[in-house]
Amino acid sequence: MSFIIRFINNFIDNFSDKFYQNIIAENRWQLIIKGLLITLEVTFFAVLLGIVIGFVVAIIRSTYETTVKPNLLFKIINFISKVYLTVIRGTPVIIQLLIVYFVIFASVDINKVVAAVIAFGINSGAYVAEIVRSGIMSVDKGQFEAGRSLGLNYFQTMITIVLPQALKNILPALGNEFIVLLKETSVSGYIALMDLTKAADTIRSRTYEAFFPLLTAAFIYLILVMILSAGVTRLERWLRKSDRR
Amino acid sequence: MIVVKNLHKKFNSEIEVLRGVDQHIRPGEKVVIVGPSGSGKSTFLRCLNLLEQPTQGEIWFDGQLINAKNVDIDKVRARMGMVFQHFNLFSHKTVIQNITLAPIKLKLQSPEEAKENALQLLRRVGLEDKADAYPSQISGGQKQRIAIVRSLAMNPKVMLFDEPTSALDPEMVGEVLDVMKELADSGMTMVVVTHEMGFAREIATRVLFMDDGKILEEAPPKEFFSNPENPRLKEFLSKIL
Repeated sequence: MSFIIRFINNFIDNFSDKFYQNIIAENRWQLIIKGLLITLEVTFFAVLLGIVIGFVVAIIRSTYETTVKPNLLFKIINFISKVYLTVIRGTPVIIQLLIVYFVIFASVDINKVVAAVIAFGINSGAYVAEIVRSGIMSVDKGQFEAGRSLGLNYFQTMITIVLPQALKNILPALGNEFIVLLKETSVSGYIALMDLTKAADTIRSRTYEAFFPLLTAAFIYLILVMILSAGVTRLERWLRKSDRR
Repeated sequence: MIVVKNLHKKFNSEIEVLRGVDQHIRPGEKVVIVGPSGSGKSTFLRCLNLLEQPTQGEIWFDGQLINAKNVDIDKVRARMGMVFQHFNLFSHKTVIQNITLAPIKLKLQSPEEAKENALQLLRRVGLEDKADAYPSQISGGQKQRIAIVRSLAMNPKVMLFDEPTSALDPEMVGEVLDVMKELADSGMTMVVVTHEMGFAREIATRVLFMDDGKILEEAPPKEFFSNPENPRLKEFLSKIL
């Protein structure tokens, strides 16, 4: 008990001192801001890449499942998609990041942000693909048939009728995936990319003070996630307007 | 207008749902198909616009063999309207968007034309006040009337109805049948799978009885109902009338 009280006393006494040391001195806050921008940059472009890959793979997989007699090329494409999903979902994201940076782009002088975007984008794409596929399957088959019976072709039906409804159903899962992705980028330090986490950790190693830099980083992540969740909720409400009674 | 020759359909290469159907549907005819459930009537109807791919046989529409390779089936379907048991209105679109989507997307009409046309059709079925409603906000009978209108907006040459009143509450059947009757009077060629014998008697030019994947009897409604020949049709009619 006395230990806790001493800790709190100590903490309050030193608060402004520590704050100055860890955040203000030597412009350390700039490190945090720069790290935050890197984190946002990586997350944003990885999300975009993940969405593109995810939708393409999902459409390939669900089209394959409904095709009665797929031709050889289609079989190969579907097989590649399946391998992609299995490998990406079956290995840790840190390993994938390290492989992208140190193996695939070993001989090229690649920007670390680009390497991170590629690694996290490819990783996210696999999860997005499965989410979107479940969304496509959740849309009643009759919607698809109605579109086709009016003379729309497969892709017109998919894009104007099935996907908008699928998207509405999967939005919570998709939003969650992006929140996970934002937090996953915190392992970017493994390729020495100065993201938010790495910035905080760098300050820690300079000041020998863990509390302030790490909690600052945690707090910023929390705020970002809360903003993202609020955004998803609003988007969901907007997409649900056709459900009003 | 539609000629069907020796149509076979197998599911999972085992269950044979259609076992050789021949039909000739002429312009302006209203063909009603009745039969017990599982007899293949819906499958037959769905083969006509190739929502089901036949395993054997020929389907001709407007002088074109449509189940051949290299046929642009989307072009064919644009000229064949289809109404489903469960309406299948696009639930994320308003009523008017449901109706105008295909004509605009397929560039058959300009957005203004399509809208004008849609409103006129809605007026015809007395639902112009629902133009901006979403499908979840209207009743089953209204949904089905709008589904019919959605098909009509494509100016089809033939309309296929797959048990259009089977999913409706009884008090809503009438309003849908009225629309179909009006459509029949306007000269539309219609193929209707239904359990509404009253409708068959009143509207059909020909009634087909299907059982076990075959057409066992066909006749004008008067003969069909008063003088059935096939024993299975007799049994069927005795159960439902």
